[in-house]
Amino acid sequence: MSATGRPRRVVVTGLGVIAPNANGVADFELALRKGRSGIKHQESMVEAKFGCTVAGSPEGVDELCQSTFTEEELLAMNMNHRYASLAAIEAWQDAGLERPARDSDEVDWDSGAILGTGIGGMDTIAEKVVPLTNAGKVKRMGSTSVEQVMASGISARISGQLALGNQVTTNSSACSTGTEALVMGLERIRAGRAERMLCGGAEAASHYIWAGFDAMRVLNRNSNDAPEKASRPMSASAGGFIPGSGAGVVLLESLDSALARGARIWAELVGGGVNCGGHRMGGSMTAPNPTSVQRCIREALADAGVGPQEVDAINGHLTATMADPREVASWAKALEREPGRLPPITSTKSMIGHGLGAAGGLEAVASVLMVARGFVHPSINCEDLHPEIEPHASSIPHELLELPDLDVLVKAGFGFGDVNACLVFRRYKA
Amino acid sequence: MDQSEVMERVVKILTPWVKDEAALANVSMETNILEDLKVNSARLVDVVIAFEDDFDIEIADEDVDQVNTVGDAVNLISSKL
Repeated sequence: MSATGRPRRVVVTGLGVIAPNANGVADFELALRKGRSGIKHQESMVEAKFGCTVAGSPEGVDELCQSTFTEEELLAMNMNHRYASLAAIEAWQDAGLERPARDSDEVDWDSGAILGTGIGGMDTIAEKVVPLTNAGKVKRMGSTSVEQVMASGISARISGQLALGNQVTTNSSACSTGTEALVMGLERIRAGRAERMLCGGAEAASHYIWAGFDAMRVLNRNSNDAPEKASRPMSASAGGFIPGSGAGVVLLESLDSALARGARIWAELVGGGVNCGGHRMGGSMTAPNPTSVQRCIREALADAGVGPQEVDAINGHLTATMADPREVASWAKALEREPGRLPPITSTKSMIGHGLGAAGGLEAVASVLMVARGFVHPSINCEDLHPEIEPHASSIPHELLELPDLDVLVKAGFGFGDVNACLVFRRYKA
Repeated sequence: MDQSEVMERVVKILTPWVKDEAALANVSMETNILEDLKVNSARLVDVVIAFEDDFDIEIADEDVDQVNTVGDAVNLISSKL
């Protein structure tokens, strides 16, 4: 609480992104505006006889790593570490903060990180830990496998890169992970326990991570010959989601700190909420309880002090499964809008696939860009709207929508385990 | 393989883990791997694996315990070639 009795205001001062359709915030904004798909054919999925053989996987990451990390650091960094660290360092520098010298003993006690992951170092487990252990060659694993498979590896790694001395942890709540991380960071800064928190999520591009989803038959296997058309949220021909990967990181900062530093402010994070459906009322390990989804949205809005009628845009969870129509119905109910009155609702996953633990971070970056610049990116590949979503057709942008007056954008993420997280971003006003 | 060649390859293998570049520039048989080159002690197991791979030898755990200097590593490796 501040001296006024109101919670301390929390703003976004930095963004970082490694995504299937762009690396870096500037190109990511361009990609979002153009509706650029990052979904591509994946030979590893063909070889392993997946039903779905396309996915979203960032490109050009090796070159970025060579110019950002030392050779020794890279020897201990799997894909999850690389994506998370690149995005976190970009967010840090985007906020006008210096990357500290490696040999400096100064620790930044006011800055921390909550960087989540859904499945973690599965590539290291699959390619190193299991084969070497089974072959009786444990010694050959070397010293770096623990730090790459421990869930908190990604946040621990960035703490070392940036000398973070506040809370450094990794949350995990399946596909709501990255969204939840921002809610947790918001709460910590509001409580006065930190000034700056790097928040978001990461997930490696690995067919070992995606295999279980293919086995569940929740990946779209009907569009292997047209990768860029394969991720089809809200479409009548949606046949499941397309796996994605990467990292999205947002630097949350107390308004006091941002103003004191003269930092550029992207947007304000005015509220958030998390809950769980308890696997009741239609909810289960793999399906969301619609009542809890609506409660989560309402609670986030109440936390933000924003009325349902004030919402100008929605960045949905919208994965391209049979849950999409139910999600759109939940938005309409939570925001008390009749068909035709729902604000523009879009799916970042239509371009980058479902980043799992990275999804919330990636989509939070997209959400902040939309609020800050006043646009809603197209939701691609849903020209043939799902019949149950058709009544909301006028709310779904197939092309870039310039909305210079966009003030409030709500972003939600839902995950296996029946968990939900919701964020309310508002254009920053002094 | 003569000792200077082994030394050259040992130094090359150690290089990614070295934190003190100046000490590396003046490396000798007496240079201490942890104290002078500031190699993170946890990474010694990775260095040993790299020695094994590069020289196609096997190094027992008890031998590793005797290695403190670059010279110790060179002598140990030379004895197995």
